[in-house]
Amino acid sequence: MSPIYGRVIILFILASIWQLVAWLVNSSDFPSLLTVMESFHYHFFQGDMLVNLTVTLKRVLLSFIIAMILGVIIGILMGTSKRLNQLSDTLLIIVLNVPALVTILLCYIWFGLVESAAILAVVINKVPTVVVMIREGARVVDEDLLDVAKVYKLSITKTFFKVFLPQLYPYIMASARAGLSLIWKIVLVVELLGRSDGVGFALNTLFQFFDIAGILAYTFAFISIVLAIENLLFRPLDKLIARGSHHDRT
Amino acid sequence: MIALDIAINDKQYDNSSSVVLKDIKFTVKPGEFVAIIGPSGSGKTTLLNMLSGLEEATTQKILCNAQPIEDCKELQLGYIFQQPRLMPWLTVQENIQLVLPTIQQTKISHLLAQVGLKGKENYYPKQLSGGMQKRVAIARAFAVNPELILLDEPFNSLDAPTAAKLRLLLVELCKSCNSTVILVTHDLSEAIYLADRIIFMSDSPSSIVHQVNVELPKPRKESGCNELAWQTKLLQQHPDILSGILKTTE
Repeated sequence: MSPIYGRVIILFILASIWQLVAWLVNSSDFPSLLTVMESFHYHFFQGDMLVNLTVTLKRVLLSFIIAMILGVIIGILMGTSKRLNQLSDTLLIIVLNVPALVTILLCYIWFGLVESAAILAVVINKVPTVVVMIREGARVVDEDLLDVAKVYKLSITKTFFKVFLPQLYPYIMASARAGLSLIWKIVLVVELLGRSDGVGFALNTLFQFFDIAGILAYTFAFISIVLAIENLLFRPLDKLIARGSHHDRT
Repeated sequence: MIALDIAINDKQYDNSSSVVLKDIKFTVKPGEFVAIIGPSGSGKTTLLNMLSGLEEATTQKILCNAQPIEDCKELQLGYIFQQPRLMPWLTVQENIQLVLPTIQQTKISHLLAQVGLKGKENYYPKQLSGGMQKRVAIARAFAVNPELILLDEPFNSLDAPTAAKLRLLLVELCKSCNSTVILVTHDLSEAIYLADRIIFMSDSPSSIVHQVNVELPKPRKESGCNELAWQTKLLQQHPDILSGILKTTE
């Protein structure tokens, strides 16, 4: 049986269990899958779901890109320079452990309930986790390969992009994967606390009306998008990065 | 062609107080093939690393055509390490292309044909055997038209027939490039087969204990009668020379 059939069957079984339990419980607090689908249809075609999803995705994408670029740069610097690492290690641990909610609230208080404050709050929350992962990668870079670059007098850009950075790709991929799931969760909190659009705002409104089916419909929509990103972006990238790492011999 | 004048007073590592190399002084004539033999841990690789600019001694003077080697920016250097040190994420062709300043497809194809890897251009290093990887490393070293070639026990991890084939290949390539060559090895018969002169080093802290010209006509044979006789005579004269001790019996 091909893995795709297996996955579909598991999803089908889970959906059946959900439908059965909802039917047994028979309460509006636990809507059936069909009710959630109806709600999804309603919010998608008649409500603001598409607008909210677009707004949230834009925020997720923007903060993801900024956090990854900053995290990779700082991580490489800390991983390759012992002195810088010693200087900023404590700061990193502090930032890593400040609760996300505190950063969000402080950003809103200091910079106002504006878009840039929302993005900044998400970025501040994400950068330290990227830094930690990339720093570990930069610490274990193979010096022997860098010696090859030095002996053959490769330019700095060639050494960086062809010899150094490829060694960090697995670490960048791992932090990107972990990053995306963390970021969209934080974005939702940011929206819930201080924005008037986006999925977080919509969930807050649905919560006011105790619309459980609506909340689940939004969750369903977002999970579908994350699954699509995983399959269309991360898996092909995984294959690209893993090139040359298999062990078939001629 | 490159002539070298090497004078290293002493070399010790930052994290250790023990001296690795002491009073190493020798010259290499243009186009000469010099083999350096010494016991394990005698600093042979360190010496090659210093010639390639990967390491520096506290007091050293290495002249390349009467100029300090640090100032010879245009010096084309080929270094074949103990391990092939290929970039696992690059194909065979890309690994050679990496050390060239411009795309030189024809040159790479020609080199790969010379080292017997025609048709393997798009293989990744892990898809190749150890001997094949070494061939790629040899092709990479000769791709830069090296004026100076450094070889660090290049054939020690290979089986005897493969090593013999690669030695033959090396002789052909060196002849076509007119390069000055320094080979580090602990295999006396390999040194006799390849070199014009053999330098014997002592145990750490290493110094030169003996130098001998291999006065045998070229092309030589591996384990040929003349070569074996020459080796036997040398070992009879200096029975402990391979351990870095110059004891004379006559």
